[in-house]
Amino acid sequence: MWRGESPGPSWGPLLALVLVLTLGGLPRVRGFEEEPGGAHGASQGFQVVTFKWHHVQDPYIIALWILVASLAKIVFHLSHKVTSVVPESALLIVLGLVLGGIVWAADHIASFTLTPTVFFFYLLPPIVLDAGYFMPNRLFFGNLGTILLYAVIGTVWNAATTGLSLYGVFLSGLMGELKIGLLDFLLFGSLIAAVDPVAVLAVFEEVHVNEVLFIIVFGESLLNDAVTVVLYNVFESFVTLGGDEVTGVDCVKGIVSFFVVSLGGTLVGVVFAFLLSLVTRFTKHVRIIEPGFVFVISYLSYLTSEMLSLSAILAITFCGICCQKYVKANISEQSATTVRYTMKMLASGAETIIFMFLGISAVDPLIWTWNTAFVLLTLVFISVYRAIGVVLQTWILNRYRMVQLEPIDQVVMSYGGLRGAVAYALVVLLDENKVKEKNLFVSTTIIVVFFTVIFQGLTIKPLVQWLKVKRSEQREPKLNEKLHGRAFDHILSAIEDISGQIGHNYLRDKWSNFDRKFLSKVLMRRSAQKSRDRILNVFHELNLKDAISYVAEGERRGSLAFIRSPSTDNMVNVDFSTPRPSTVEASVSYLLRENVSAVCLDMQSLEQRRRSIRDTEDMVTHHTLQQYLYKPRQEYKHLYSRHELTPNENEKQDKEIFHRTMRKRLESFKSAKLGINQNKKAAKLYKRERAQKRRNSSIPNGKLPVESPVHNFTIKEKDLELSDPEEAPDYEAETSGGIEFLASVTKDTASDSPAGDTGSDTPLIGHSSPRGGSPAVSQQPPLPARLPRPHAPSPAPPENAAPVPAARSSREPGAGPTQGAGPERRALPGAHARSAAARRVHSRRSFQRPRARRRPALLKLASLQPPGPAELPPHALEQEETPL
Amino acid sequence: MGSRSSHAALIPDVENIRRETGFSQASLLRLYHRFRALDRSKKGYLSRADLQQIGALAVNPLGDRIIDSFFPDGSQRVDFSGFVRVLAHFRPIDDDTGVRDPKQPEPLNSRTNKLRFAFQLYDLDQDGKISRHEMLQVLRLMVGVQVTEEQLESITDRTVQEADEDGDGAVSFLEFTKSLEKMDIEQKMSIRILK
Repeated sequence: MWRGESPGPSWGPLLALVLVLTLGGLPRVRGFEEEPGGAHGASQGFQVVTFKWHHVQDPYIIALWILVASLAKIVFHLSHKVTSVVPESALLIVLGLVLGGIVWAADHIASFTLTPTVFFFYLLPPIVLDAGYFMPNRLFFGNLGTILLYAVIGTVWNAATTGLSLYGVFLSGLMGELKIGLLDFLLFGSLIAAVDPVAVLAVFEEVHVNEVLFIIVFGESLLNDAVTVVLYNVFESFVTLGGDEVTGVDCVKGIVSFFVVSLGGTLVGVVFAFLLSLVTRFTKHVRIIEPGFVFVISYLSYLTSEMLSLSAILAITFCGICCQKYVKANISEQSATTVRYTMKMLASGAETIIFMFLGISAVDPLIWTWNTAFVLLTLVFISVYRAIGVVLQTWILNRYRMVQLEPIDQVVMSYGGLRGAVAYALVVLLDENKVKEKNLFVSTTIIVVFFTVIFQGLTIKPLVQWLKVKRSEQREPKLNEKLHGRAFDHILSAIEDISGQIGHNYLRDKWSNFDRKFLSKVLMRRSAQKSRDRILNVFHELNLKDAISYVAEGERRGSLAFIRSPSTDNMVNVDFSTPRPSTVEASVSYLLRENVSAVCLDMQSLEQRRRSIRDTEDMVTHHTLQQYLYKPRQEYKHLYSRHELTPNENEKQDKEIFHRTMRKRLESFKSAKLGINQNKKAAKLYKRERAQKRRNSSIPNGKLPVESPVHNFTIKEKDLELSDPEEAPDYEAETSGGIEFLASVTKDTASDSPAGDTGSDTPLIGHSSPRGGSPAVSQQPPLPARLPRPHAPSPAPPENAAPVPAARSSREPGAGPTQGAGPERRALPGAHARSAAARRVHSRRSFQRPRARRRPALLKLASLQPPGPAELPPHALEQEETPL
Repeated sequence: MGSRSSHAALIPDVENIRRETGFSQASLLRLYHRFRALDRSKKGYLSRADLQQIGALAVNPLGDRIIDSFFPDGSQRVDFSGFVRVLAHFRPIDDDTGVRDPKQPEPLNSRTNKLRFAFQLYDLDQDGKISRHEMLQVLRLMVGVQVTEEQLESITDRTVQEADEDGDGAVSFLEFTKSLEKMDIEQKMSIRILK
């Protein structure tokens, strides 16, 4: 696009550009241009300062353009209103037109255009690689059949019908005299037929359609490249040969070449993906260049495929798709982040430049040849035939598809057939000597691209919204509706998962077996293979997070006094005595946040007296729900976004839920498998546990300040029990409450939920308590005992801990999982029961060691503050977290 | 589109299941494939673990409850007809429900049955009521840890109060239905693939 062949004329535009940039458009300050006479000034002797424009010219201009494009993006996004209505791609094209106009006004030569070389070699690969690397694989392969049909048959259909219809109209004489034959029309049809990945992404990203629809349109636009390339090459060579020379053999060759090009391209991509995965396996000691491999090797796959005249887009797409799993597992976290951001940056930048230069390229009177009939008919034909093609194919597909594509989807798919820079680059590539009406083709293509990107891009969003408007009623739903509605969403999504909404499970299973047995072994680091077990990763991360948030929380509040302030016993509404499922999950940060303000409490009591307060409270409640209800999977699941990386919140939510689920399952697993020999899965789990264990035990066995009586917290959160009895380090010394966080039990919860009603650890899983009410029985006794002394000056006696071993003892085959074990131990509160179960409790605590170890510092901090509820009303804090 | 080599005749008792659930032959076949794919060790039935290995369910806050709903009355296995029967709740309601034999039981995918399915996910002790405690449990599952226990409790109270008409502090099925009468359950609790 930077055709700086003749240095002379490119002066003007550059300066104009600089001026546009810096002086805000005073294009006539060109007198300035003569000033740096370094170039033609007499150059005798040594010059201290020389002005060497030609030296830097090309890269300089490139950098400037990139800067302009990026600045433009900033400007666009200053106003959220504009970008929410007008797609960025359209804005960029318009900007390009304006800039092109300025350059033209300054120079009268279109010096900057989007050349096919730059486009295909530098701008397209990052976009496609990005698409491949972040491709939602499961979705993609689940819909591969559909995508392929649209990409292959659909594109051929579009090309053929558009070309033939135009030819038909041409024969009727409507277009006047043109020097084109049938083959030229078909050639034009083939290049204008393909839906463009760049344009589709740019527009669909802002229109949030459902994931299946998105992947179909997007996948089609990626995969139709092979078809486009083949059709284009075939017809181009036919045109070169001349219509009469084309034989049947050539046609057959053309069909064969389609398979060669597409499958070959895919193969190249897969091979390079394999290579890339393999390389990243061994980059442990060169972490710093790790991300580089991803880009270089993927790019090589593109170039290789181009070299072999295969489909380069397919190659790099599949390179990205295939390598993502292994690369992500192999490279370090930092490298992964680097890759993510760099890829997004490159892709986003390339996209910006493409659209801007599409605009700029259009400002060139030399290429414009107008033929109203031809242009308009092309627009009509591509839209109509796209729609017809979509309807026909969908009709066929729907007989086989699990997820039916409904009329609305079809409308969006037809309408989403955007053409873009690929078509433009292809048409520019045409040889004017062979294709006589090249300029007509070029201008028509530009019109088509602009029309689809700007007009359809603008209207598709309202269209989608309009089509989906079913819920016209806009009333604030009742609490029940909101809550249950969300529950229904979750239920649906679960049922979909169970019923295997996206088919191909059999194949997928086979593949994942193969992958586990062979591919992963070869391509993944050993450490990565091991840690693939998500449970422990997530668990580990959560623990770390807990530790951090504990400290952060303490710092934010300025002290830990909120824990020991006397009012907390009213405020901490945590019922740790009854093993409800969620208390099981409570983490420290959770526990800390538990301390809602007195304000809230007041409201509760107020509410009993005055009903009027309910309104505000309802609002608060609604808001809380709105904000914190987990989103159903479909809603938040991010497909693919050029500009945004996966939002952390979703990950967080996933982790949270996953964490809970796994805990529960483990609990039930423990109780269910009691007595049964450990199956393989369990053994595996144990191995991981041990690994985790080792990691944990490397933390120095910090002694905790047992002396301060005020800091007795009971953590009854039953952390996922991951310790192994044999390996549990001895922590007996701390039995009496090293880290006992004492949760005060409020009366109302105690009465509310009489500990017995859901006695088992996992009331959710009915079958899971073969040991009957054992935990309930064992846990009830301490309850009254603890109530009177939430601030008992003595360190919490082991009875607080006892229920845990009691509940857990079941998991242990040898160490007396008898019913009596629990109560018995409690009967001897003083005795340091050194059973494996007890040790396990301690080792469980070792998970919390990091948190605990920070406490002294925090306490010191706390002591600086005036104790009591005076500081920082927790309510304020709450608001900070959840701005209402 | 995967291979559909096998035939519907392979499904045991296919006619009865079809009559009961209203699934089309094709859907049944598809579900049967799914069933067998889930049944890893080819036991002919599914166990809890089979369902639990579906990764997406682990990040679904209600995932385990839904798994449980496949195993009523504490059974440990679910055969194909049981499997399909649960899924049948989510079949979209047929348009042509004009003439239905009144003698026949209400189809599984009726509004009431859809609601009942949801209701029993809440009602753990199966006493026909969602107690405050049961409501709280579900809420806990569904909200992030950022919400404090107090807020949760107060939300629960409010929710129960809102729906509770007879003032017994619990939500009966009738009350449950009533509180959701404005909601488009037919659409919200249907999956279009399950025809």
